[in-house]
Amino acid sequence: MSILVIKDLKVSVETDQGTKHILKGVDLAIEQGSIHAVMGPNGSGKSTLAYTIAGHPKYHVEGGSITLDGEDVLKMTVDARARAGLFLAMQYPVEIPGVTVTNFLRTAKTAIDGEAPAIRGWSKQVRESMAALRMDPVFAERNVNEGFSGGEKKRHEILQLELLKPRFAVLDETDSGLDVDALKIVSEGVNRAHEATGVGVLLITHYTRILRYIHPDFVHVFVDGRVAEEGGPELADRLENEGYDRYLTPSSVS
Amino acid sequence: MAVVTPEDTEILHGNKAHSDGGWDAAGKGFVPVQTRSGRFASVDPTAFADVTGLEAEWKLTPLALVKPLIVGDLDGSTYEYVATDAIGATVEWVERTDSRIGTTGTPEEKASANAWSSFERALAITVSNDEHVELTVARSSLGGSARAGHTIIEARPNSVATVILQNGGAALLSENVEIIVGDGARLTVVSVQEWDEDAIHLSSHFVTVGRDARLKHIVVSLGGKVVRLNPSAHLIDQGADAELFGLYFADAGQHLEQRVYVEHVAPHTRSRVNYKGALNGQGAHTVWVGDVLIGTKASGTDTYEQNRNLVLSEGTRADSVPNLEIETGDILGAGHASATGRFDDEQLFYLQARGISEREARRLVVLGFLSEIVQKVDAGALRDRLAVAIEAELAGVAS
Repeated sequence: MSILVIKDLKVSVETDQGTKHILKGVDLAIEQGSIHAVMGPNGSGKSTLAYTIAGHPKYHVEGGSITLDGEDVLKMTVDARARAGLFLAMQYPVEIPGVTVTNFLRTAKTAIDGEAPAIRGWSKQVRESMAALRMDPVFAERNVNEGFSGGEKKRHEILQLELLKPRFAVLDETDSGLDVDALKIVSEGVNRAHEATGVGVLLITHYTRILRYIHPDFVHVFVDGRVAEEGGPELADRLENEGYDRYLTPSSVS
Repeated sequence: MAVVTPEDTEILHGNKAHSDGGWDAAGKGFVPVQTRSGRFASVDPTAFADVTGLEAEWKLTPLALVKPLIVGDLDGSTYEYVATDAIGATVEWVERTDSRIGTTGTPEEKASANAWSSFERALAITVSNDEHVELTVARSSLGGSARAGHTIIEARPNSVATVILQNGGAALLSENVEIIVGDGARLTVVSVQEWDEDAIHLSSHFVTVGRDARLKHIVVSLGGKVVRLNPSAHLIDQGADAELFGLYFADAGQHLEQRVYVEHVAPHTRSRVNYKGALNGQGAHTVWVGDVLIGTKASGTDTYEQNRNLVLSEGTRADSVPNLEIETGDILGAGHASATGRFDDEQLFYLQARGISEREARRLVVLGFLSEIVQKVDAGALRDRLAVAIEAELAGVAS
C-alpha cells in the first residue's frame, strides 16, 4: 500500500511585495485508496499545496518534506514526480497550440509507462473514457485545451486521470466554474478512477458542493497556511452549515 | 521686435533641415512616399540610388553579404533544374519577350532590378488542368557565383494546382518570381529554402490574383546564410483571395527575412497572412514586415495579418513590423497582430506534470507552434518531409 506523506511543509513565493510565506507547516498523510478533502477559504494555501506537490518552479520549499513510499518527492523533477505516480488536475489548464489531444495523451502515457501503449487497446480506452465523460470524439483531434470551455478543460483533466492511472491525484478546485451537470460528470469520472485503480485522492475545494458526489474519508480544513482542523466527513457537513468564519477570527491574530 | 514672417521660420528654434536625407531642404521638393503603392519601381538598377544600408528596405539586412547581388554583375544564363511531370503542366525556358513578363509587378529595390535586367531567359511553369495536379521544380546546382533568375508561374483560368519550388545546394542568387493566378484558378505555391548554410538568396515574388481566384502562398525558409524573400500579392479583381503563410527557423548566424505586401485593389477581396518563426543560437536574426494596403476601390475587403516568433535561446533578434493602410472605410474587417516571446513556462509545466521530459516538452511546444503552418501545406509528401526537417532543426536546440 503506497502512502504520500507531507511533513511540516513550509512554502513561500516571490511576489512584487517580496517573499510571501504561504504554507507554514503542513502535515498530511494520504494512503492509496483513500479520499481526502482539503477545504479552506481563499488564500489559505490550498492551491500552493497542490502546486508544491507537483513541483511548480514558482513555489519554494523552505522546510519540511514530501515523501512517496519513503522516496523524497522534493528532489524529483516535475516529470519524474508524474512518472512516480503523482497527478495534478489543474484549476486552469493551459492551451498548447498545435499539439492534438490524441498526440498529447499518447505521449504522456508513453512517458509514464516507459513504453508506448498498444495502439488498438489504447484507442479503445481513450474512446470509452471520452464517451463516459460525455466528450465529443472530435475533441481528440483538437489542440490541447485550445478553445475548450471551462467545463471541457476540467473533463479533459479527469480524462487524463482515468487514462494515466496515477497512484495519487491532487484535484485543484476541479469543481470551480462547473454547472451541476458538468460537476456530476466530472465527479463520476473521479469515482470511476478511484474504484478502478484505487487512486488516492487529495480533493482541494472551496465549496462543499462536490462532496455530495465524491465522498471523502477525511476532511482537512486549511486556514492561513496550516491545517486548522481535521476530521471525518461530518466536518464537511459542519462547514456547509457554518462556513469558515469560526476559523478566521483567531488565525488573523496569529 | 521683428515681426515674424514666413521667410523667417527657417531660422527659428531648432527648425532646421532634417538629417535623414534632407527631404525637406529648400529646393529639393522631396516628399516621402505617402502610401505603400507609391514606392519607386523600375526594372533598371541604375535608376535606383546607391544602397547605403540606411534605407528602410535594407536597414535590417546584412548588406555586406548581399552587396554582390545589388551592385555586381550577375550571370543570367539558364541553369539546371529537375521538374516532375503533371497533366497539363509545362516547364520551359522562354525568351525575355514572353508576353507574361512584367505583368505582375516591377522591382522596388536595386537587387531585384539587377536580376531583372540580367536574366537571359525565364523559366516558365504553366498549369492548366482543372483537376488538381502537383508539380515540383527543384534547383540544387546553382553554384556559388553571383546569378540572376526569373521565373513565371502561370495558373491558367480555372486550373487547380500545387507548385513546389524546392531550393537546395549552394547559391548566390537574386531573382524575381512572377505568379499569375488566372480567373477562377486555385493555385498553391510553396517555396522551400533549404540552401547550404553559406548560401545567399534574395527573391521578390510578384503575384496577381484574378477574379474569384485563390492563391495559397507558403514560404518555408530553413537553410541559407541569408534568405530574403519578399512576396507582394495584388488582388486585382473581385472575389480574389490570397493566403500567405510563412515558416522559418533561424539558427546561429542565420538571417531569414520576409517582407510581405498585400494590395487589395478590387472589391470583395480577402487576404490572410500568417508567418511563424523560431530562432535559436547566437546571431539568429529574423525579419518580418507585413504591409497591407486596402485601396480606395476595395470595398468589402476582409484581411488579417499576423506574425509570431518563438525565441529559443539568448543572442537572437526578431524584427516584426506589421503595417496596415486603409483608404476606404467600407470594409468587412482588417486586423494585424505580432508577438515575439520565449517558451511559455506554464505550457512546459503542464506537459512535464504529465510525465513528459523537459526536452520532449520543448520539442512538442515548438513543433506545435510551427505545425499550424506545416498543416497548410496540402502536398502530403512535402508536409511529412517538412515535419522531419523541423525535427532536425530542433536537434540543435539545447534542452
